[in-house]
Amino acid sequence: MSVLLLVEHGDGKVRDATLPAVTAAAKLGEVHALVLGSNVGGVAQDAAKIAGVAKVLVADAPHLDRELAENVAPVVAKLMDGYDAFVAPATTFGKNIAPRVAALIDVMQISDVIGIENSNTFTRPIYAGNAIATVRSNDAKKVITVRGTTFENASREGGNASIEEVDAGSEAGVSNFVGLEASESERPELTSARVIVSGGRAFGSAEQFHGLLDPLADKLGAAVGASRAAVDAGYAPNDYQVGQTGKIVAPDLYIAIGISGAIQHLAGMKDAKTIVAINKDEDAPIFQIADIALVGDLFKIVPELTEKL
Amino acid sequence: MKVLVAVKRVIDFNVKPRVKMDGSGVDLANVKMSMNPFDEIAVEEAIRLKEKGVATEIVAVSIGPQKAQETLRTALAMGADRAILVQTEEEVEPLAVAKILAKIAAEEQPQLFVLGKQAIDDDNNATGQMLAALLGWGQGTFASKVEVADGAATVTREVDGGLETERLKLPAVITTDLRLNEPRYASLPNIMKAKSKPLATKTPADYGVDTARRLETLKVTEPPKRQAGDKVGSVDELVGKLKALGVVQ
Repeated sequence: MSVLLLVEHGDGKVRDATLPAVTAAAKLGEVHALVLGSNVGGVAQDAAKIAGVAKVLVADAPHLDRELAENVAPVVAKLMDGYDAFVAPATTFGKNIAPRVAALIDVMQISDVIGIENSNTFTRPIYAGNAIATVRSNDAKKVITVRGTTFENASREGGNASIEEVDAGSEAGVSNFVGLEASESERPELTSARVIVSGGRAFGSAEQFHGLLDPLADKLGAAVGASRAAVDAGYAPNDYQVGQTGKIVAPDLYIAIGISGAIQHLAGMKDAKTIVAINKDEDAPIFQIADIALVGDLFKIVPELTEKL
Repeated sequence: MKVLVAVKRVIDFNVKPRVKMDGSGVDLANVKMSMNPFDEIAVEEAIRLKEKGVATEIVAVSIGPQKAQETLRTALAMGADRAILVQTEEEVEPLAVAKILAKIAAEEQPQLFVLGKQAIDDDNNATGQMLAALLGWGQGTFASKVEVADGAATVTREVDGGLETERLKLPAVITTDLRLNEPRYASLPNIMKAKSKPLATKTPADYGVDTARRLETLKVTEPPKRQAGDKVGSVDELVGKLKALGVVQ
């Protein structure tokens, strides 16, 4: 089986999100990594070094800058004539492009794959991870997005793939990039952080959310996450959101503070190695899955914890 | 301008899904069903466009069982003008849904097609992108802000690294994220009024779309369960445990 892998990149480098997708793609067959963009020679060099990548394809053109789905998907769809499967990371980037490719080549996408049984059969979470479906695809070609937390990262070193230019297609003329308001943070990315401290609505305000959680996160070198309730209440920006409709994380340590544990939140973090829950309500559902539970007032506990760690 | 909105009837947001004993799926018998939350946001956005004088007519579309009529009536009660139910008792995959919606778009000629970014049952996050592909339209996925003016939609998108803004030529497809708006509740008078709004019933065959499944579900299982661990009584005890586990220095 030959597999075309969508490389996610930024700031001239391959993003970490690409690495588990390489591992998943390699389970299906020979992996050719596709780098799209404008002036992406450096990214292609970077991708060529990833262990498990046999070849790098580069589509480099001004209209592919920012990788708008409308311009990118036709390039991928055309390349798929020569491939059996298309694999993309299940990030906002991959989720934007993969279904558009799938429809262009008349394939039903298999979203958010967490396991590969064979070249036709996959497992994926449904109902916010409250059920796991095993599905068999009857399409001749497969289009798959891969959940990063369930596959190991491929190594960034050890590969020596050849690099080949491919047809960059043409501008679709239906969309333009206007701007990116990047969330700035000195902290690690949520999806790749080893430790996450996450807050819920119990913080009561944005000031208290950041005032209490940021020092704890700094002490632990942790990323900061939030429940949907905290995001909805405006305590934290949406890209902090962990859960069914936010980010799916699997850190070594997840500290859930003032989070009751709605099923939509648990869907995003229940694969953490160790879960600590701090909540004043001892019946909070979060305690049913926490490895370490501390019942009490977060306004007292969090400063004390920050001091004693 | 006309706006089309797609809505799906799904398990209610607050219900904990249970896997059937025989592993064939999730048990939906006697379970409360509602409009997919992201689709409520889509309906609300269309109504706000109408209230601003940008949209003139809102057509809500659902593909699903006869009971999806209730979901469409909810959309009508919120403020949609008419509805189309493409009735089928079979489960229809995003690709086939997108094909049916594309046919409806060809008939209705909307300037905007608004959908939820994902349904909370199958969690695919695919239909809007597929529809945009089939129509050759621009797609503003995971939208947290939409402005329509001068034949274009300016869409702010919730992406992993922050907020990205794109300008899409109309007609275009938009998929909604959580923070786009807060959907209204339908008032009782509007619920009564919705009963007399037009609701057309069609079938997938009317649109010539084959809805045969491409993905066969072999089994559905419960995820591995986590066990509750230990309760600690103090911060000192918590710090001790974390150190013992080696997760903090």
